[in-house]
Amino acid sequence: MLSRLDRRLVAATQAGLPLVPRPYAALAETLGVDEAVVRERLQRMLADGLIRRIGAVPNHYRIGFVANGMTVWDVADDRVDALGEQVGALGFVSHCYRRPRALPDWPYNLFAMVHGRRRDEVERGAAAIRALLGDACRAHDVLYSSRILKKTGLRLPATATPTPEA
Amino acid sequence: MSARAAPAATFDATDARLMRRLHGGFPLTETPYADVGAELGLAEAEVIGRLQRLLRDGVLTRFGPLFQIERAGGCFVLAAMQVPPDRFEAVAAAVNALPEVAHNYRREHRFNLWFVLGADTPQAVQAACARIESGTGLRVFAFPKEREFFLELALPIEAPPC
Repeated sequence: MLSRLDRRLVAATQAGLPLVPRPYAALAETLGVDEAVVRERLQRMLADGLIRRIGAVPNHYRIGFVANGMTVWDVADDRVDALGEQVGALGFVSHCYRRPRALPDWPYNLFAMVHGRRRDEVERGAAAIRALLGDACRAHDVLYSSRILKKTGLRLPATATPTPEA
Repeated sequence: MSARAAPAATFDATDARLMRRLHGGFPLTETPYADVGAELGLAEAEVIGRLQRLLRDGVLTRFGPLFQIERAGGCFVLAAMQVPPDRFEAVAAAVNALPEVAHNYRREHRFNLWFVLGADTPQAVQAACARIESGTGLRVFAFPKEREFFLELALPIEAPPC
């Protein structure tokens, strides 16, 4: 679980870091702690993997990647983990996950995101994945995004419900 | 921050260089913008000014820490719905209204609404799914990740030709 301070730090930064010369000092002032504590806690959260990275999140469309394909694959259960590792390592795959099927509506258990400047780039990526999966793959599909409806990232309230008083 | 496939992006080669540098590894120093600027040969005020503009114009959707809330007992769950086209806007708005919904995309498929729910407990995610189902009368298919084969890929950012 998050400590109370870490939780407040998540809440204070999840919309973004302050765009001021000393952003950690600004956060420290908001939270009523020393700047060194803020930097130390962020460093700790990075080391623990609670923060994946501190950086910029581009709108894929706006940087030219207008073809965003979620490729989905029905892969034999006994081979999906080994093959998933190989798919995830492909240079054009940004995220790759094993997920449960929802039969009969949804037969796919491997998801790999492929971003391209054009659809034919995505199609080429999907063909390469298809070749890699070989006879372990029973079916696949590519779902293109046609619109970003929301992209805010995580939003936690500043206090948990219920919160024990410390 | 919702946006249709956008008009021509407005950023230049220096913006692209800045965004590439800022994929990750933002310094945890007292004056991180100045320090990044020094690496790139830009003044602190220029780094901040460019980030403000890129965020305002929607070229960037966020700048800050990306949390992996699973490491603190929380979870992210990918979910999908099959929304009748004539109800699409209303259902999308209802889904977007929940603070647990971090991302939401329309996709060209029978499953036409795909979103990611994030919260600090699995129960909070389940409750959000249940609220969507009761509010819309449509089934929410949850696809929690069972395993991650992850390579955080930074998309190559280049300025559009002008």
